[in-house]
Amino acid sequence: MATSFMEHASSWVRATRVWKSVFRRGPARTNRTRSIAIFGNLFLHAVPVKVRETSLRVRATYYLGSISFFLLVLLIVTGTLLMLYYHPAVPQAYQDMKDLRFVVSNGVFLRNIHRIAANFMVIMVFAHLLHVFYRGGYRPPHEFNWVVGVILLLLTLFLSYTGYLLPWDQLAFWAITVGTNILAAMPILGRPMRFLLLGGNLVGENALLRFYVLHCVILPLVTVMFVGVHFWRIQKDGGLTQAEPSARDEHGG
Amino acid sequence: MSDRRDFLNEIVAAAFGIAGVGSMIVTGQYLSPNALYEPPLKFRAGAPDLYPVDSVTYITDQQVYIVHSPEGFYAVSAVCTHLGCITQWNPGDNMIECPCHGSKFQSDGRKVEGPAPIPLFLWAITLASSGDLLVNKTETVNYGQALKV
Repeated sequence: MATSFMEHASSWVRATRVWKSVFRRGPARTNRTRSIAIFGNLFLHAVPVKVRETSLRVRATYYLGSISFFLLVLLIVTGTLLMLYYHPAVPQAYQDMKDLRFVVSNGVFLRNIHRIAANFMVIMVFAHLLHVFYRGGYRPPHEFNWVVGVILLLLTLFLSYTGYLLPWDQLAFWAITVGTNILAAMPILGRPMRFLLLGGNLVGENALLRFYVLHCVILPLVTVMFVGVHFWRIQKDGGLTQAEPSARDEHGG
Repeated sequence: MSDRRDFLNEIVAAAFGIAGVGSMIVTGQYLSPNALYEPPLKFRAGAPDLYPVDSVTYITDQQVYIVHSPEGFYAVSAVCTHLGCITQWNPGDNMIECPCHGSKFQSDGRKVEGPAPIPLFLWAITLASSGDLLVNKTETVNYGQALKV
């Protein structure tokens, strides 16, 4: 087998007119064409063209940020599919959740992917934060990206919290009742903020609709925007934080 | 050993391919609903005795008139063939009339007055083994084809 089946297939695809109309340049086989491929791609142009070999090692990041991002994409895809069967209204919400579990083909599979991925995302984002903290990633020149990261952690938690109400069962109802009462305990602003968040004085149909809109539209949009800033800023700040030179290196052996 | 590398690459590509195709199939199944909360396309309209001769009875949730004329039973669609408004039976004029643009139909569905281009649809109506009238909204019948009981 001189050239593999894969190489045959890829060279055939590259020769098609459709491929050539999308990708104006040839295959990325030299450093120059590789750089051009990154610069010329909307989705990749914010990521660095070159990275240090040390920052590709597993121990450099444990891929915690990448795993968080992958989980976010997975949650957006599964969440969009779940939206096809879910009505954010009091008589239907609980019934729709039950239907997703027991009636819709593969519904329980998708719902569980969404639930478990959401839990994992909180864990992964938090682990990412701890890892960056212990590596000193909050120090200049990364201090702005650290703040963006903290905002992303808060957004992740708020996404989890707003999604928690949507099954509209007893667990959801009391979790949101307790959670918003904690918010109301804040002096001066607490009560008005609870009122605005719930769209009323108790956890009712307005609250369900507001949490749905926050969970499915507002928070994902804001999160994706901050993720964009976060990625772009890694490159602007000169790549990932480098490991501290060890004491032995500093003192010349 | 370039061959071994190629082989492993192909195995990995095939695994991703199978997983990709599998998730597309699973998602495709998910997209088609198993339970519908809408009126069924076939329904029982009760025993024929419920409908006296020369009566027009509107079944609201099915948007169908059960017409018992001297020739027999018709199941006439209440959806106007012009722009899809729901027509109303007017016993004074003995006409099915559309409130939107004034189309008029006889009780057996035949068009009297436009702008509707064609008569109202006649759905297939049969007698179920239980003795009930059975209307099938996936099938139309020719005009004048009544069910004699």
